Amino acid sequence: MSVAESVPPMGEPTRLEVGQQDGASAATFTLHNEDHTIGNTLRYILSKTPSVSFVGYSVPHPSETKMNLRLQTVGPSATSVLHGALGTVYDVGAHVLATFDAAVEEFREAQAKDGQPAGGA
Amino acid sequence: MAMRHVSDPNALPAHLELQRTQLSLGADAPTHTATVEYAGAYAAHDLDNSFSLARFRRDFRVALHHLDEELIVFDLVGIDCAIANAFRRILLAEVPTMAIEKVFILNNTSMLQDEVLAHRLGLLPIRADPRKFHSRAPDEDANEENVISFRLKVECSRQKPDTGKGSNDMVNDRVTSAMLQWIPQGDQQDRFSAQPIRPVHDDILIAKLRPGQEIELEAWCEKGIGKTHAKWSPVCTASYRLLPAITFASTPRAHEKAAGGWADDEAAPRRPTARLFDLAEGERPTPLVTRPRGCSMCLVRPYPNWADKVKLGKIRDHFIFSVETTGALPPEVLFQEAVKVLMQKASDIASLLKDVAAGQATAAP
Repeated sequence: MSVAESVPPMGEPTRLEVGQQDGASAATFTLHNEDHTIGNTLRYILSKTPSVSFVGYSVPHPSETKMNLRLQTVGPSATSVLHGALGTVYDVGAHVLATFDAAVEEFREAQAKDGQPAGGA
Repeated sequence: MAMRHVSDPNALPAHLELQRTQLSLGADAPTHTATVEYAGAYAAHDLDNSFSLARFRRDFRVALHHLDEELIVFDLVGIDCAIANAFRRILLAEVPTMAIEKVFILNNTSMLQDEVLAHRLGLLPIRADPRKFHSRAPDEDANEENVISFRLKVECSRQKPDTGKGSNDMVNDRVTSAMLQWIPQGDQQDRFSAQPIRPVHDDILIAKLRPGQEIELEAWCEKGIGKTHAKWSPVCTASYRLLPAITFASTPRAHEKAAGGWADDEAAPRRPTARLFDLAEGERPTPLVTRPRGCSMCLVRPYPNWADKVKLGKIRDHFIFSVETTGALPPEVLFQEAVKVLMQKASDIASLLKDVAAGQATAAP
């Protein structure tokens, strides 16, 4: 499925800088025009990844639209581990979407059966 | 042998499992509020705390509780706060809608300054599907794919005396959103014939006029996101709360309830009770927690020694989402769009990362 068709990019596009010294297992990724939304999500997924020894993110200043993500691994390259985490975020989203769609469908069917709108929260 | 996962049944001792799955509300402050995230956090117990998609797919559930044109209430169970909060933030700030962005004022003799009038127009929710439009780049020409045009032409006058009403009655003294007239551009008339574009509400007051004053303008809607300006935010509210967990610290007895020790005691009818408890029939009637969802986490606090009797907690991975739309898109579609935005973000950054990695590979000798 193509997500790009339904949600075209809005606002300033994301830019990425990678800062790396002394080998590939540690890196600082600077994501311009991103914030806590993706920062905290990636931090959560990465810290739950066994090959990660340290991960943290910060938004250095609220008036600067950028987010820094620091990632250190126990061996594999930081770039490939981040790539894996991004894939996981995508797959989580796809599963949430499919489950949510099914739940809405089920709710509508139950509503139609009862012949009345469902009650309050 | 594969390491057991921390979420397997009986993997952790009961007290640690409680800390991992719930946050507790004490008399002074909540405790154990943070998720234990580090994959090796339970290595001393020989347990795996990593994230696995297979486990997520097995355990994740969605349950709808309410759905109408404006509001959806649903549970997300088995997802972490980090991701649930990303959905909430995206709903507020990154799901696009259409809003008035450019106003060409031909005449404005009302009390409102041009810029104030334009700002008020910008805040009107517009019923147009933003997925059928593109965002307009600053140097891009306006066309039927990126702009919706409205015209507003209102002149206030005295009522003609022969209508029978008093001569002081005015015509068009209240300029409302219903007076905005959609001017279809290009193929828009055909594209939106099923649901013509108009403001969501007809009764929003834009300005007040006196006889002789008039407003004539053309307004252009463009596609944008709430991060840029709140007028593009598609939701009135998008929030979640955690499912309350109420347990009795000791087995309560019916006479304690009668003595005023319990939250929805009849002896305190003026308290806003949620009827959380029922009495189980039996030899000795025993209160039961039947409706934890109704708990607002405040009811038992006025009672003395409540902490000895009731343990309050919140289930860490059970989110009760509530999304109320401004009217541009149905609320369930808003959540679907929010999830797609997160997925799009992940794939965009992944391709940026690929480009950077490729650039480094070519730069290296």
